[in-house]
Amino acid sequence: MQRDDDFAVRRRKIAGLTDEQLERRFWQLTERVVDPLVDLARGYTSPSIERSVLMRMGFSGPQAKAIVDKCAEQRLLGKGAGHVVYRLAKHREMDVAEAGQAMAEGRHWDKVAALFRKAGIPGGGRR
Amino acid sequence: MEKLDVGAILQDLDDYRPRRHGWHWRKEPPGGVLMAGPFAYLEASEPLERSVPLPAAKYFGNIDPQPDAVITTEIASGRFEDDLRRMRMAAWHGADHIMVIRTAGQSHFDGLIDGTPEGVGGVPITRKQLRATRKALDLIEDEVGRPINFHSYVSGVAGPEVAVLFAEEGVNGAHQDPQYNVLYRNINMLRSFVDAAEAKSVMASRKMLQIDGAHNANATAREAWKVMPELMVQHAINALYSVKAGMDQDFIALSTVPPTAPPAPSMRLDLPYAVAMRQLFRGYRFRAQMNTRYIESDTREATVTHVLDLLISRLTSADVQSTITPDEGRNIPWHYNNIAAVDTAKQAMDGMDGLTEMVGLKFDGPLGNTVRDLKERATLFMEEILDIGGYFRAVEEGFFVDSGFYPERKGDGIVRSMTAGVGAGSIVPRDSDYMAPVCEHFGDNRLPADLTEKIDLGEGRPCDLIGGCTLHNPSKIPFVDELDERDNVHVRLDEHRDHREQGLLRPEVQWYADGVVTLTLFLPAKPEVAEYAALEYAKKLGLRDPLVLHRGLMHPAEGSVIEVKGFVDIDIDPRELVIPEKQEPLSDDEIRAEFEARPLSVVAATLGEDEHSVGMREIIDIKHGGLEKYGVAVHYLGTSVPVETVVDAAIEADSEAILASTIITHSDIHRVNMRRLNDLCVEKGIRDRVILIAGGTQVTDETARECGLDAGFGRGTKGHDVASFIVRRRRQDRGETP
Repeated sequence: MQRDDDFAVRRRKIAGLTDEQLERRFWQLTERVVDPLVDLARGYTSPSIERSVLMRMGFSGPQAKAIVDKCAEQRLLGKGAGHVVYRLAKHREMDVAEAGQAMAEGRHWDKVAALFRKAGIPGGGRR
Repeated sequence: MEKLDVGAILQDLDDYRPRRHGWHWRKEPPGGVLMAGPFAYLEASEPLERSVPLPAAKYFGNIDPQPDAVITTEIASGRFEDDLRRMRMAAWHGADHIMVIRTAGQSHFDGLIDGTPEGVGGVPITRKQLRATRKALDLIEDEVGRPINFHSYVSGVAGPEVAVLFAEEGVNGAHQDPQYNVLYRNINMLRSFVDAAEAKSVMASRKMLQIDGAHNANATAREAWKVMPELMVQHAINALYSVKAGMDQDFIALSTVPPTAPPAPSMRLDLPYAVAMRQLFRGYRFRAQMNTRYIESDTREATVTHVLDLLISRLTSADVQSTITPDEGRNIPWHYNNIAAVDTAKQAMDGMDGLTEMVGLKFDGPLGNTVRDLKERATLFMEEILDIGGYFRAVEEGFFVDSGFYPERKGDGIVRSMTAGVGAGSIVPRDSDYMAPVCEHFGDNRLPADLTEKIDLGEGRPCDLIGGCTLHNPSKIPFVDELDERDNVHVRLDEHRDHREQGLLRPEVQWYADGVVTLTLFLPAKPEVAEYAALEYAKKLGLRDPLVLHRGLMHPAEGSVIEVKGFVDIDIDPRELVIPEKQEPLSDDEIRAEFEARPLSVVAATLGEDEHSVGMREIIDIKHGGLEKYGVAVHYLGTSVPVETVVDAAIEADSEAILASTIITHSDIHRVNMRRLNDLCVEKGIRDRVILIAGGTQVTDETARECGLDAGFGRGTKGHDVASFIVRRRRQDRGETP
């Protein structure tokens, strides 16, 4: 888009504001720009976020990558990759580290999807 | 003092844990005022235990006042092991924020890198590299007595993972700005914002300082000073997004750059912008960066621009003062240019200490009007983003990095699509039962109800589900060592192992023994000719692969100055060097005792046609701690004194020594005069009873002795050095131990 500087016209509606009012308006507008972005981030996840969750669970970069790639393949990222590992560990009564390692090596994936299909939602509150 | 032992630093890294987390601000001295030497500083921080002061500090008792702002230096040569040595040098000069730029391409790497491969234009950021660097910085900060902030980048398509890595490894600050990914790295905008919230949440938990990326707009836009309204919009979006992701304003630093440089009337353009920023973003921190947009290969020009940028910092504020090396326009910074940049900041900030106690900003007039104008334009910009349907739509419409002065539009902004870019289509909606059993996770997370209750009561953490996450139980952090057996730090260190162990020397500018040297030549020719002549000289002098670094026009017909770099393969063994032993001066008491017992009379003058007197006064005057303070009778004859007059005066006063100053060295006149002095004393038959001493900036003990004198003293000599020489000479003559 090309446009000449029409500042003189555009500014009319804010010309009468005090400095304080102008600054407040700037930040109110900013908030309206930012809020939808924050909502998006609350409700979505990404491969990198999921790998970062697995890292915090104690898995190495290559392990986290292998698990997240498998989750994406099985359309399980929306459950949370850490959740997937956690759920399998619970189900098989394994240690989380052990379960994740096996999953990074490509094992147990045939059982994982079923765990989520049949299961109810574990628990309540949102954070 | 020992060199940094890189080999020892690389040992046992699997066990290394950072000893602290989070950002460190400099400490204000008690009472807010720093007393140093004869001065009081109003904008300074607590002094260092060990440091290298500015050269002129020797006139003020070697003080090294540290300004209040944290001072940044960016060090990333591609080989982090060599960078560690440079970090140590920079810390000694006053840097306490070490920024490591990532290797080219790492921002597009979907995941983490391991090991220590060599980088291009930066360093591959890996766990091993971070640990080794943080471990070295631990040693360095103990040495200087001030915590050092270690910093890198949380951007690209692996932002959340990098943030976790940094949180685990004690990185103290990071760049994080999703807009930077979108505009300059072409990473999909949805992915970039979703990732950013997670990264920021993790960074916030460790109190890392965040630096944003808006300033890149004025390194990119054709007319950098016109993007000011947009810069304010970008800063605001990232700043508020960060607060909403859990960051404290105190750890959000806006990276702001004075947009222009001389010969533009830069103060008049840049100052209102700096003021508008600080007003609109009250409560946030400011990282004052220096201009890079208009930096050419002239290091002097770069330095002046940077000093003007520092003036803006002092007239407004800077919590973190960044520095740009004077060779920014030439190459990846060299060792000593990092030091130069740090010294430029320290020197200028010390010099302008307390300036605003005397000089104030005048808001009544063009400054106030321009500040208001910028804020209005930024507000209108933000409003138009909403009008068009929000941030993502605005990016699709090319709102950003347009070179028009908003609301003017040139139509040359950067355009990105919501469905394109690296990582497009990769974000996934969280299902209603989405869960992440770790801490500092951002967004919806359906944890078990009983745990949620405990967390709400402050009695539990999400990671209780798995027996602790790495942020609370670091023993869970896995350490991956080298993955590539040929491209790693150990192989690189082996390359020069013998050289290192034998203690050989070879010049370097960035890597151990890289052999780079520079040559500066003035040639009476136009630059095009001078450049090739200079390269020819470099070759004939034995420099391998010479390259022109800089050409400066002095006059189209009269000449040019050319700087050339080249490589030398010559090693020097320092054990084979003949280095004259420097004698420590005697104590004041010893000197005074000698001259009280046996009074000394000397004749002093500057020889020949030479009007310089400063050096001589330094040696003799009581107020400079010169010879007079020991009770020496000094017959000072003044400047431009003929050699004959000096010798006659010595005879008449029956002086024991002649002190001859000689500064001018045209046609070797200093040597001629020194010889003449000796010859004349021989002729007049007094040579065996008078001590002849010469001094001057170009005088060395060696040249003076060659000319028949007893001693020569160069730059930096004090009265006690000369007095000590005379006392020792007398002791020798008496047959005592000197």
